[in-house]
This record gives sequence, structure tokens and C-alpha cells, in this order.
Amino acid sequence: MKPFRILFFVLAAMLMVALVACGGGAPPAAQQAEQAAQQVEQAAGEAAQDVEKAADEAVAEVSEATSSTSEALGSEGAAVATEFYSQADYEAALRMRDLKPLNPDDPVWVQYLEENWVDTTQYKKDPPYTVCFSNAGVNNPWRVVGYTTMQAEVDLHPEIEKFIHVDAEGNDEKQISDIQDLVAGGNCDILIVSPNTTKALTPAVEEACKSLPVIVFDRGVQTDCPVAFVQPFGGFAGYNFGYEGAKFLVDNLPAKANVIALRILPGVDVLETRWAGARNLFAESDLNVVAVEFGDGNNDKVKTIVTDAIQKYGHIDGVWMDAGATAVAALEAFEDAGQPYPVINGEDQQDFLVKWQQEGLTAIAPTFPTFQWRTAVIAAMMTLKGERVNDPWALPQPAITQANLDQYVQPNMPPLFYAMCGCETMPDFPQRWGGTAP
Amino acid sequence: MTQLTATTSTVESLAGRIWHRLRTLNPVYYIALVLLIGVVVQNPVFIQPDNFLVFLSRSAPPMLLTAGQVFVLVSGGFDLSVGSVVTSTVIISAILANNDPGTTWWVILLMLAGGAVVGLVNGMVTAYLKVPSLIATLGTLLIVRGIGLFWSGGAPRGYLPDNFRMWGRRGITGLFGLREFPYAVILLIVIGVLLWLLLHRLNYGRQLLALGDNPRAARLSGVNVNLVRISAFVICSMTAVVAGVLLGGRGGVSIETGTGMEMQSIAAAVLGGTMLLGGRGSVPAAMAGALALELLFSLLNLLGLPKPLRDAVQGLIIIGAVAYAAYSAKRNR
Repeated sequence: MKPFRILFFVLAAMLMVALVACGGGAPPAAQQAEQAAQQVEQAAGEAAQDVEKAADEAVAEVSEATSSTSEALGSEGAAVATEFYSQADYEAALRMRDLKPLNPDDPVWVQYLEENWVDTTQYKKDPPYTVCFSNAGVNNPWRVVGYTTMQAEVDLHPEIEKFIHVDAEGNDEKQISDIQDLVAGGNCDILIVSPNTTKALTPAVEEACKSLPVIVFDRGVQTDCPVAFVQPFGGFAGYNFGYEGAKFLVDNLPAKANVIALRILPGVDVLETRWAGARNLFAESDLNVVAVEFGDGNNDKVKTIVTDAIQKYGHIDGVWMDAGATAVAALEAFEDAGQPYPVINGEDQQDFLVKWQQEGLTAIAPTFPTFQWRTAVIAAMMTLKGERVNDPWALPQPAITQANLDQYVQPNMPPLFYAMCGCETMPDFPQRWGGTAP
Repeated sequence: MTQLTATTSTVESLAGRIWHRLRTLNPVYYIALVLLIGVVVQNPVFIQPDNFLVFLSRSAPPMLLTAGQVFVLVSGGFDLSVGSVVTSTVIISAILANNDPGTTWWVILLMLAGGAVVGLVNGMVTAYLKVPSLIATLGTLLIVRGIGLFWSGGAPRGYLPDNFRMWGRRGITGLFGLREFPYAVILLIVIGVLLWLLLHRLNYGRQLLALGDNPRAARLSGVNVNLVRISAFVICSMTAVVAGVLLGGRGGVSIETGTGMEMQSIAAAVLGGTMLLGGRGSVPAAMAGALALELLFSLLNLLGLPKPLRDAVQGLIIIGAVAYAAYSAKRNR
């Protein structure tokens, strides 16, 4: 009887101590400084590889830690893992924001912001072609829309005789063996890869490059061997996505406004760069970022987090999100609490756009456009025909704003249809994408 | 004099009875109370009636799910399929309803019927094919989830109409000066009382407990073992459908809804003193266990601990609490 009762009281006591020690959940200034110092050390550790870059990072992180007005930015949830952050890439993304497409008269999915031409005559081949595609997964609505668009693009090319799609189901190991199998099979004229994670897939892609031309899109790999890497902003889309949303909040909210940042989960490279793009801006701003939370992309969890935050801080004035799938759930938390809507960034999925239009929100929708799935096929065709392609192919990364909102609201499409697909004029639209004829 | 003594002794025995009752009360209630105090220390407005009702209404789905799980647990089984029943309820309702308010009633009834079918399959596979329920319900987990995802094409489609969503989102306004008395809390109370009556006040409950304690003895004493076992699975799956309707109402369509809820419901039931492998369990205590877990999640959230640490602390506290609950239950036996 005794030991368990003691255990119970020890647990209870620990809980109470934790309550007192943590106060509002913000680490004390000393701890924050220590964290900054650690980060500097980490950055310095990498100096052997790239002295200049590391120095940049250290300076940036120290200035962040000291200039931030928001306590929550010092919390663990707000830290950007160093291995996912590069100051140089962040700055490159900001430079890209000033660029206009160099071929504005072409459709958006073949536009480019920079000329990075490479010669592909060595890959020239007569049709018919067999195009192979190693896909990270079709495991979320964004990828469903993207893959549907890609299939529709393939159907537009009679010169493609066979399109072989292998789904890695979100598993690095499976994708590595998928790529090995496709290469060993010897049937592919070209390989398109959408990597599941950057680091893990790099060796497999390098190996594939030795046998056939490779096109990489969506997430990147750490090698230059592919013929072309297709991504909005040429690989810096994550930083820009986060920056776009954060900039809108900074521009549309008064000083000291309470902001909550909602992330999906930590440790995923594409999501870390989104947060990094926002965090830098928030740290310089006079907004009060009260909480940085992970909602697992689960509507119910997000609603709980936002409801609790409204209760705890009295009012939340701005919501930043690293992905928009749960934006409507976040907004409903405000409705249910009887609070005015916040200034918010979502993404280009229909349920959010419809809500935005109906309720007259102050909102913006940064996008990671699904039209890049078309571009990957087009780049593959250009390569096999020996035409020059851009590497990296820096596609534009349009945001949906109040000015062009009406053009993207399509109530006949499913709630999680991503509007920036460049697919409206394709055959079988909208039925192929799950919509009904308007 | 005699009278006086008698009165005093009555008072004493009353106080003694209360003390005895408090001492033997299921420890989960104390655990919940400690966690509640912790949350209120962190966030004093939490205890205001309006805010507390919001909290109760979001705790209603896991509490109902746990109450249903108790029926299967006391019969000596497990139901791992409840999480995917919740997910599929949300996804399939959205496709069928497709934002047409006229469909709400038959969609809900159809979902309940579907839940009953899943329960029947679970129960019959366990009872007649003698497949351990852990395996049988793992199978239905995959089947139900597979059907839901296949039908929706991997991404949710359709909308839930407002009169479907009201059950998880809205409430009766203007009651006792409250902003809103959530329908979810009303359902929680009604279904909770029904399940309590069923398990603790009716012959059926005694048969179920007897079955979980010793199936052979139960059969020999005239209990229709298979029927009782199957009905437990049916009750469990149907409460999962109700939880799904509430969760879909609260959060809207999402394939993430319901993930991990099977384990959460089993942990909550055990925290509430339900014995794994059957024979003992209490509906109110299990529901208090689910409430305690929700309070714990809120508290860890409010403390702002980093997520990995939060998960670890959560695991530690659950193990500690269950160990304590199990130990003191044994002591009080």
C-alpha cells in the first residue's frame, strides 16, 4: 500500500512543482540566452563545412534571440532545427519575391523566374516513350490533386506510350527500393521522382542518374545530378510560403496583437523551412506570438488548441499556419467562442477559400502550387526531345489574395481541392478531380 | 440520555460512512480532481461554466467511446476497431450527406446501423470462429478504414450539413444564463446514464461481468454466452458511431479524426479501474478516466512543454496512474 501511495503523491507533487516552475510556459530569459548560445555553438560546429554560411547563421540567430518581443518564440516548439535552416537559402527566397516571370505570356505552369538553361541533346530519343514516376505518396489531399493533375498531363502527350507510377506510401525505404527496381527493370526512358525526404533519397537518386535522365520535383535532393529540379522558387518555396503568410499578418495587425502559429509536426524539412520563413519575420516584428503549437493536421486537435488559446489569452488576433488543411477548423474555434475572426493565412484549398469569401475574412492563401506536377511531365518531355530545360526550374509561387480570390473559389469542387492546380482547362475537368459540373 | 447517545452515534456512523466511502472511492476521481486543479492553476478562466462546458463537450466523444469500450473489456475482450469506426463515420457521412440538410437523419441512422454491423461482425468472429478479439478487431480496423478511404479516394470529399454538425458544435442557448448548453454534453449524460443502468443495474450487466470473470461458470449458470458477448461488441461499435458523429460535428471532415482513439479509450478505461481480460469495470469510473486523460492533455498543452517531452510525460503519468489505480483496487477488494 505505502509505495504506491507515495508514488502517487510524488507524481502529484512533481506536477505542482512543474506548474510553478513553468509559470506561463515561457522559459526565463537566462534559459533563452543559453539556448541562443547553444545554437551559436551548433552553427560554429558546422563552420568546417562552410565558414561563411555558419557565421551568417550565428549572427542571425543571436539577433533573433535578443530582438524578439514574443516569449513564445523562445519556446521549443518555435525552434527551427539547424539542419533544416540555411540563411543563404532564406535570403535567396526573399530575392526571388522581387522577380517576375521571364515568359509571362505562357501558362503559369511553364513560366520561369530565372534562366538556368541546360542542354539535353544527349538524352534525345525518338518516341514512343516510357515515363516512370516514383511518387513519395498519395497520402494527403494536396498529393491527390497533384497526382490527378499529373495523370491528366500525361494523357495530353500521345508520345508517352507507357506511364509507370510507383507509390512509396510515405516510406523512405520503399521509395529507395522502388527507384532501384525501376532502374533495374530497364524499361524507363526517363525517371520522375518526388522524394519522400531529402536526405534519405539522395543516394538512390544519384544511383539512378548513372543509368537514365532524372527529373526531381516537389521536395528536393542534395545532388545536382538530375537533369532538372522543378519547384516554385527553384527550391526555396518553403521559406516563401511561411514568409508570405507572416508578412500578411505583420502588415495587417497592430503592434502587440496576439498571434498563434499552428504547425503540423516538427522535423519535416519542407515544414521546417515554412516556419523558418515566418519565424524570422515574427522575431523582427512587434507582434506578440503567444504560442507555437503542433496540431498534427487534425481538425479536432487544432480546434482544441485554438479554443484553449482564446480562453487563456482572452483574444487571439492573428493565426499563422504552415499548411491550410485545418484552417477552417481554426476559424470555427473563433465562431464557437463568439469571437471575431482573426487575420489568418490558410492555403489554396476550397473550404478555406469559400469561407474567406462568405465571411469577408482578412486573409491570404500562400500556395505550394499543385501545377508543378504538370511541369515535371513537361520537363521530362522536353528532355527526351533534346530541348533545353531550366535547372533548377524556378516556377512562380502565386498567392491568392483578396484581389484574385473570386477567380479561385469553385464551390463545385471538393472541400480539400487545391485551387492552384493549373488544371481548369484540362479534359475531364472538373469530374476527374472529384468536382461536379458547375 | 439514551436518545442523545443514539443521535451521536448516528452522526458518527454517517461521518464514518462518508469517510469510508471517500477512502474506498475509485482513485481515478482523485486523479481527475488533481489534474483539474492543475489546469485551473494554469488557466483560472477554465472553471467558468461556459468554458468548462466547452471542455466537457470536446471530452464527450472520448468519454462515450471509453464507456462503450468498458462493455467489451469487462466481457474479456478488446475492441481495436473503434478508432477507424470513428474515422469512417466522419468520412462516409460527409460523402452521403454532401451538404444536404435533408439527408442528416437517415445518414445518422444508417451510420448507427453500420456500427451495429461492425459490432456484429466483431462479436460473431470472436464468439463463433473463436478468433481472439484482439486479432478480430484488428482485422475490422483495417477493413473499416480501408472501405472509408477507398470510397473517399484517399482524401475527404463532401461536406457535413449544419444540422448534422450541430450535435458536436452547438447547444441549447439561454439555459441557466449560460451562453450555450452543448448538445454533446446532453448526449453524454443521457447515453452515460443508459450505459450505467445497463451494466450496473440490469441483469444483463451481471451476465456480462460473469462472462468476463469466468466464461465457463457463466455458461454453466445459464448465461447465453455468445449473445451477451456479441451484444457487448455491438454496444461498443455504436457508441463509436455516436462519438464519430460528435467529432465530425465539432471539427468537420478530416481523415485524421479518430486516429489513436482505440488506445486512448482502453487506457482511459483501465485508468478508471476496468480490469483487462474482464470481470470488473465501471462505466462512471471509466468515463472519469477519459476525462482525466483529456485534462492531462490540456494541462501539458498549457504548460507549453515541447511535444516529444509532452508525449513522454503523458506516457509516464498514464503508467503511474494506472499502476496506482490497479493497486488500490486490489487493496480495496
